[in-house]
Amino acid sequence: MLSHPDLAKLIFGRLSLDSLPLHEPIVVYTFVAVAIGAIALLGAITYYKLWGYLWHEWFTSIDHKKIGIMYMILGFVMLLRGFSDAIMMRGQQAVSFGASHGYLPPEHYDQVFTAHGVIMIFFVAMPMVTGLMNFVMPLQIGARDVAFPFLNNFSFWMTVAGAMLVMCSLFIGEFARTGWLAYPPLSDIVSSPDAGVDYYIWALQIAGVGTLLSGINLLVTIVKMRAPGMTLMKMPVFTWTALCTNVLIVAAFPVLTAVLAMLALDRYAGTNFFTTELGGNAMMYVNLIWIWGHPEVYILILPAFGIFSEVTATFSRKPLFGYASMVYATVVITVLSYLVWLHHFFTMGSGASVNSFFGITTMIISIPTGAKIFNWLFTMYRGRVDFELPMMWTVAFMVTFVIGGMTGVLLAVPPADFSLHNSLFLIAHFHNVIIGGVLFGLFAGITYWFPKAFGFRLDPFWGKCSFWFWVSGFYFAFMPLYMLGLMGVTRRLSHFDDPSLRIWFLIAAFGAFLIALGIACNIIQFIVSFKNREALRDVTGDPWGGRTLEWSTSSPPPKYNFAFTPRIHDHDAWWMMKKYRWQRPLNGYLPIHMPHNTGAGFIMAALSFVFGFAMIWYMWLLAIVAFVALLLVAIGHTFNYDREYYIPADEVSRIEQSRTDLLASHV
Amino acid sequence: MTPGSGGRTEQLLFHESADVHPANGTLLGFWIYLMSDCLVFACLFAAYGVLGREYAGGPTAQEVLELPAVAVNTTLLLLSSITYGFAVLAMQRDRQKPMLVWLVITGLLGAGFITLELREFAHLISIGAGPQRSAFLSSFFTLVGTHGLHVTCGLIWMVVLITQVLRKGLITANKRRLLCLSMFWHFLDVVWVGVFSFVYLMGVLP
Repeated sequence: MLSHPDLAKLIFGRLSLDSLPLHEPIVVYTFVAVAIGAIALLGAITYYKLWGYLWHEWFTSIDHKKIGIMYMILGFVMLLRGFSDAIMMRGQQAVSFGASHGYLPPEHYDQVFTAHGVIMIFFVAMPMVTGLMNFVMPLQIGARDVAFPFLNNFSFWMTVAGAMLVMCSLFIGEFARTGWLAYPPLSDIVSSPDAGVDYYIWALQIAGVGTLLSGINLLVTIVKMRAPGMTLMKMPVFTWTALCTNVLIVAAFPVLTAVLAMLALDRYAGTNFFTTELGGNAMMYVNLIWIWGHPEVYILILPAFGIFSEVTATFSRKPLFGYASMVYATVVITVLSYLVWLHHFFTMGSGASVNSFFGITTMIISIPTGAKIFNWLFTMYRGRVDFELPMMWTVAFMVTFVIGGMTGVLLAVPPADFSLHNSLFLIAHFHNVIIGGVLFGLFAGITYWFPKAFGFRLDPFWGKCSFWFWVSGFYFAFMPLYMLGLMGVTRRLSHFDDPSLRIWFLIAAFGAFLIALGIACNIIQFIVSFKNREALRDVTGDPWGGRTLEWSTSSPPPKYNFAFTPRIHDHDAWWMMKKYRWQRPLNGYLPIHMPHNTGAGFIMAALSFVFGFAMIWYMWLLAIVAFVALLLVAIGHTFNYDREYYIPADEVSRIEQSRTDLLASHV
Repeated sequence: MTPGSGGRTEQLLFHESADVHPANGTLLGFWIYLMSDCLVFACLFAAYGVLGREYAGGPTAQEVLELPAVAVNTTLLLLSSITYGFAVLAMQRDRQKPMLVWLVITGLLGAGFITLELREFAHLISIGAGPQRSAFLSSFFTLVGTHGLHVTCGLIWMVVLITQVLRKGLITANKRRLLCLSMFWHFLDVVWVGVFSFVYLMGVLP
C-alpha cells in the first residue's frame, strides 16, 4: 500500500532522501557536530533528571521574567549560528580570488548570506530586544506580570518554532538563496522552485505571529498596568522606548504578514501578485516589504536607545539630561520611521520629486537621533562617571553609531545612493548601526540587568576582554567594506577577479576573527561568573545604584515582583525612594493574585512548527492534521477558566522575611 | 523637580498597603489586534488598488462581478451586525436565552453570507475567471477571500462561545469574550463596506 506513489506523495510530499544535503561536506560535518552536541545536551538533561524541572519551571512558565530570560537564551544561541554564517562569508571572500574559488560553491554561499541576514534580524536581534523588554519593563512600571501572561508564553514558543524551521533548513533541503528579503521574481516559484523560499516564508510567518502578539501584550501592559502615580511622563525612558517599539511592531508586522502571504499565494496557488506576467507587479513587493522593513530597524534600535539612557543616567549619577526631549525624540522617530521606506530603492525610478521627498524625510530622522546623542553627552557632562562595563558599551556606541549615522545621511542623498546602492558601502553602513547600535545596546543591557535576573554580577575582566575584541573587531571588519564600497564592489559576491581588492577582504576577515574572540570571551564570562557567583553575589538588589523601580526588588525578584505595589511621584522612582529613606514594609502582607502555568502555548507552537514543515514539503495530509489539531488545542484552551490562583500571605511573608534577613546580614 | 528640594517636609507614600488590581486590558488588547488586522486588510486593499485594473486580457470587473448577488450578501452581513447588537443588549440585561437566540440568528446570517460568497467564487472559477487568470483576479480573490476567512473564523468562534455560555452562563469571562467577538464582527462589517464600495461598486458601475 505504502509503495503506491500517490499515497507516498500525500504523506511525504516532495520530501525525499535526495533532499538531505549529503553531497555537501561542510553541511555533513556541521550536522555531525550539531547532532553530537544535541545528544550530549539531551543526555545530560536526562541524566540529571532535569526534564520535569525544565517543563514545570521554564517551558510552561508564564512569568515574564523567565520568558524574558528564555528569549535571551534563544537570541544568544541563534547569534552563534548567525555568526558562523558571517565568518564563513568573510573566509570565503578573503580566499576566493582569481583561480581560487574558495570553499563555498555559489549556491551554498547564497544560502549562507540569506540565512545570516534572516537569523541576525529575526532570531537574534528581535528575541533579545523582546526578551529585555519582557524582563525589564514590567519591573520598571511596578507591575506583577504582563497583561496577558499566557499569550506571552505562546509568543515566545512561536518565535522558537520559527527559529527551528530555519535550523531545519540547514539539514533538510536548503534555505532561500534570495537575500534576506526574498525579492520576487527571484523568489517566485519559477526561479526558486525548491523548498528554500518556503522555509523562509513559513519561518517568518510563524515567528511573526509571536512577535505581533507579544507587541500587543507589552503595549497593553504599559498602557494599563503602570503603578499608581506613574503618568506617561514619569515612565522610565526604557519603558518609553518599549512603548514606541511595540507600537511600531503592531503597526508594521501585519504588513510583513500580508506581503509574505501574497508571496506564498504566488508560489502555492499560482496567483499573479508579483509575477512577471499576467499583470503582476514585483515592485509592489519591494514597496510593501520595506514599509515593514524600515520601521523594523527602529523596532530594534529604540529599545537600545532606552538601554543607553538608563545606563548613562545610572553610571553618571545624574538624572537623564532632557528627559522630555528624549521622549519626544523617541516619538518623532516612531512616526518618521513610516515615511522613509523608499530610500531602500531610490533606483526603482520613481522620479526626482519622490526620491527628494524620501531623501529629505530620511535626513530629518537624524535630527531627533542627534538630539538623543547630545542628551547622553550632557548627562555625562559634570557627572561622576563610573566606567563600568555597561557604560563602556555606551561610549563605544556613541562613537560608532555617529559614524554609522553619518554614512546613513550620505546614503540618503539620492544621487549618491545611485552609485552606492547595493555596494559594500551599504553593508558597512547597516552593520555599523546595527552592531554599533543594537548589539552594543543589548550587551550593555545584558551586563546591566544580569544581576537583577540571576542575583550575581557578570565577571568584569572577561566582559572587558569581550568588549575590546568586539569593538576593535567591528572596526577591522567593517571599515574596509566602506572603502570597497566606494571602489564599487557590490554585495553578495562569492568570487573576485581583481587581486588588488584582496588586502581589504583580508583585513575584514581579521576583524571577523577578533569578533569571534569577543564571542568566545563572552561565553567564558558566563561560565566564570557562574562559578564565582558567590563572590559576585548581589544581596542588595541594587548593585549599580540604580534609579528606576526594578532595583527596588530583590535580585532575582520574587515571582510576584513587588510585595506591595509601589506609588510613584516622579521619574527615577527608586532614586527618589532612596532619597526619602523609604523603609521596606515588614508586615501587613496580602495574598497575591497570580496566573497559573500552562503547557498550551508550547503545544500550540509545536503544532505550528509541524504545520509549517508540512506546508514547506507539500505534505498536505500532515498539514491538515496539524492545522486541525492546532485549532482544537486553541479552542480547548479557552474552555479552561481556572487560570489564576492566590499566593497565600504566609508565603509572601516568608519570602520577604528571607530578604529582610539577607539584607540585615550584609549591612 | 529635584526631590527633597524646596523644603517639602510632608511624608510621601511610596507603596500601596491595599491590594491594587490593574484594570483588565483584554478589550483594549483585542482592539489593538483588530487595528493590526485592519493593516493586513489595508495591504490587501493597496494591492487591489495597484492590480485591480490589470486584467491581462482576461475578464474585467464589469464583466464578471454581479451587483444583485452582492447586494443580497451585503444585506445579510449588515443585518447580522444589527442582530449581534441585540445579542449584546440582551447580554447586558443578563438575559441568557434571548442573547443566545440573537447569537444563533447572527450565525445563520453569517453562514448565509459565506454560502453566497462561495457560490460566487465557484461560479467565477467555473467560467475561467479564477485567481490565477490575472493580477486583478488574484487581488480580488485574496481581498474578498481573506474577509470571508475572517467571517468563517467568527462563525467558529460563535459556536464555541454559544457552547461556553450554555455551560457556564453569562459569567464575567464569557461576557468579555462576547464583547470581543462583537468588536470582531462589527469590524468585519466595516471592512466589508470598504470591499463593497471599493471593489464591487467602483468595479462595476461606469
